[in-house]
Amino acid sequence: MIEKADQIFVLLSHWLVSFLPSALQPAAAVLLSVVAIIVTFPALFAISVLLERKGLGRMQNRYGPNRVGPYGIFQPVADGVKALIKEDIVPFRADAVVHFLAPVFLVVVVFMGYAVLPMGRNMTLVNMDAGLLFFFAIGASTELSVFMAGWSSRNKYSLLGAMRAVAQMISYEVPLLMSSVAVVMITGSLSLGKIVDAQNQYTYGFPHWYVFTPWGFAGFVLFAIAATAETNRSPFDLPEGESELVAGYFTEYSGFKFALFFLGEYVGMMGISGLAATLFLGGWSAPFSWLGWVPSWFWFFAKVMLAMCIFIWVRGTLPRLRQDQLMNFAWKFVLPLTLLNLIVAGLWRFMGEGWLRWLVCSAILLLAYTLMGRGGMRGDHIGPRSYRYAE
Amino acid sequence: MLGEGILKGLGETARNFVGSYVSAERLTTVQYPEERAPEIEATRDFPFLVYDGTDGEAGLRCVACQICEKECPPKCIYIVKSTDKKPDAFGKPQIYPTRFDIDISVCMSCQICVEVCPFEAIKMDTEFELSTTDRFGGLLYDRKELSKSNEYYHKIHPTEAAEVDARLAEEKVKADAKAKAAAAAAAAKAAAVPAQAPAHITPKPPVTAVEGDKQG
Amino acid sequence: MSIVFYVIAGLSVAGALAAVLLKNTVHCALALTLAFAGLALLFLELDAQFAGFAQILVYIGAVAILVVFAILLTRGSETPQDTVLSRNPLVGLVTAAAIFAVLGWAVLHSSLSLPQESAKPQVTVMDIGNALMGRYVLPLEIVALLLTAALIGAVIVAMHEKEAAK
Repeated sequence: MIEKADQIFVLLSHWLVSFLPSALQPAAAVLLSVVAIIVTFPALFAISVLLERKGLGRMQNRYGPNRVGPYGIFQPVADGVKALIKEDIVPFRADAVVHFLAPVFLVVVVFMGYAVLPMGRNMTLVNMDAGLLFFFAIGASTELSVFMAGWSSRNKYSLLGAMRAVAQMISYEVPLLMSSVAVVMITGSLSLGKIVDAQNQYTYGFPHWYVFTPWGFAGFVLFAIAATAETNRSPFDLPEGESELVAGYFTEYSGFKFALFFLGEYVGMMGISGLAATLFLGGWSAPFSWLGWVPSWFWFFAKVMLAMCIFIWVRGTLPRLRQDQLMNFAWKFVLPLTLLNLIVAGLWRFMGEGWLRWLVCSAILLLAYTLMGRGGMRGDHIGPRSYRYAE
Repeated sequence: MLGEGILKGLGETARNFVGSYVSAERLTTVQYPEERAPEIEATRDFPFLVYDGTDGEAGLRCVACQICEKECPPKCIYIVKSTDKKPDAFGKPQIYPTRFDIDISVCMSCQICVEVCPFEAIKMDTEFELSTTDRFGGLLYDRKELSKSNEYYHKIHPTEAAEVDARLAEEKVKADAKAKAAAAAAAAKAAAVPAQAPAHITPKPPVTAVEGDKQG
Repeated sequence: MSIVFYVIAGLSVAGALAAVLLKNTVHCALALTLAFAGLALLFLELDAQFAGFAQILVYIGAVAILVVFAILLTRGSETPQDTVLSRNPLVGLVTAAAIFAVLGWAVLHSSLSLPQESAKPQVTVMDIGNALMGRYVLPLEIVALLLTAALIGAVIVAMHEKEAAK
């Protein structure tokens, strides 16, 4: 019974596919899974948009939207209708082909990332040997779509926003990869299924999730920072800074194309949350061994929605970082810490079991964090003002 | 330590989030139009004319002195004085305004008309839900629409209305006392005139009547 | 030589041709990205997963962005040229023909030496890792040194510019 609940989607897909002739069955199975992903994640997108607006409102001492339906639950429907019926304006001097392709490319690329995420036991769409590399390769292509959007609008604000966005995404790409390389090193495989299997073990009821180890915790925090920057999310949302750049690289988009960008951003957020859950939080494994009767896909989606709530929480709390502060942070703080994390993960692996490796690894990481953090707390040396006059 | 401020900030927003469901001070929204914010006495919107008693026409304090019309900066008041006199709330025949129009699309709520009125006849109202579909006629208020009772004035500005009533009562007392003194002096004068000796031209000492404090 | 191969090859060639024939430089860069993608798909069709994904990650994710940045930060994107064909095509044709001849000779000679239908080698990422750390560790370290030198050089050039601006 528990098995059936856990594998319900797999069994459902087998049953539906069995109606077709056996030549078409593999293709039909894949198609069915793809359709399931394309239906589920936009539904989660609608829920998370509502959650964000209500959550941000409550954090800011106000109600969120509460007029459309009880407690505002039909607000996403209203937003969708608005996006569909708005006039689609393409600027006269804009590059029409590239302008059209940019949101399409973004949405295609972010949906492709879900192909390797293990959403439950036996619920990975494509079980690839180099799955993690696929996800990062796909994530790197989103930068190109951002640039296409900004450049094709022939608008200096869009272009500025696009350049900033691409610079930011490239800078944080490296810490993102480096913090996940530590996980790959310990697991010994790039396949996401194997990474989840390695974390699916329990000692005294506590799971072997990587976030509960010193290098795993540091890696998770650094991955979270890099993921927030990759998806252009507050406090790293200068490219789409509403108060500075109108709307940044999607200024000239209206109606459905804007909705596609919005969809792409949130679906990307959920994808990278799914990856963080898989790498550090144990994917579809339950937090305690006595909770193993709850279906595995429930845990995966719970972790993804928890990550979304944390994204919203951080957005409501922190002010926006300036571009140079952002870049300084990436290259001078996050990247060295990720490299150190790699060394610490190696130490962990080769020191053998016991309390000593916990002590040593935690001590090294805390020391490095404090010393480097001291540099960040010092503040800029603001000397006397100097003026440069036009000659 | 780096990151301490961030954690404190996260804690504060979490407190806000949870607190907004349990305590009223963390959720300060007033959902207009179902709920109204509590009224403050010192609000002011557009002027209205005060009348004493129950009859809107007879009890009107305004005597059409036209001072407010002259002092109004955007000239939004239009008064037509009456040619006859009608009895006011105290029975005394008074001039009244046959027309008293205020264009509230022009009025800038500066309260100068209230400050210069010698008869406490025009005061500021607090009503703000005045939208209408007629841009011109709908925003031109005539005397009937502007006349509101003293009880209404007490309701919207209690302390102010109490002060005004006290002042008016005091003035009435003084005016009554003066009238009585004048009547007594006139009666005494009338009684004293036959007892006077035939006059040679000597300047009489000036009559010291109480003229100084007519205006209270 | 399946239908998939022809489709992917056509895509790559179309991208490459567009990259040299289009007028707008940024359009050329995007068409070059399409050629890179076609190459990555070819790698994937041959079951070389690591090579394919690394191609996408490095070429499309980094090199294409670099090309686009270079076009934008210089004046390449402002005015498209009148014609993209050069004034004396003879030199270009001769050079292209010579390179094509060399490459064609290399490909034909190498494929003729192998049997037509051979089993695809099953290479996993672990094999690549072992090879990089075992047999090819010296080239790996030299490439790393080269990249470090390039990075330091870029920083020095930028620092010099900042001091010159002061």
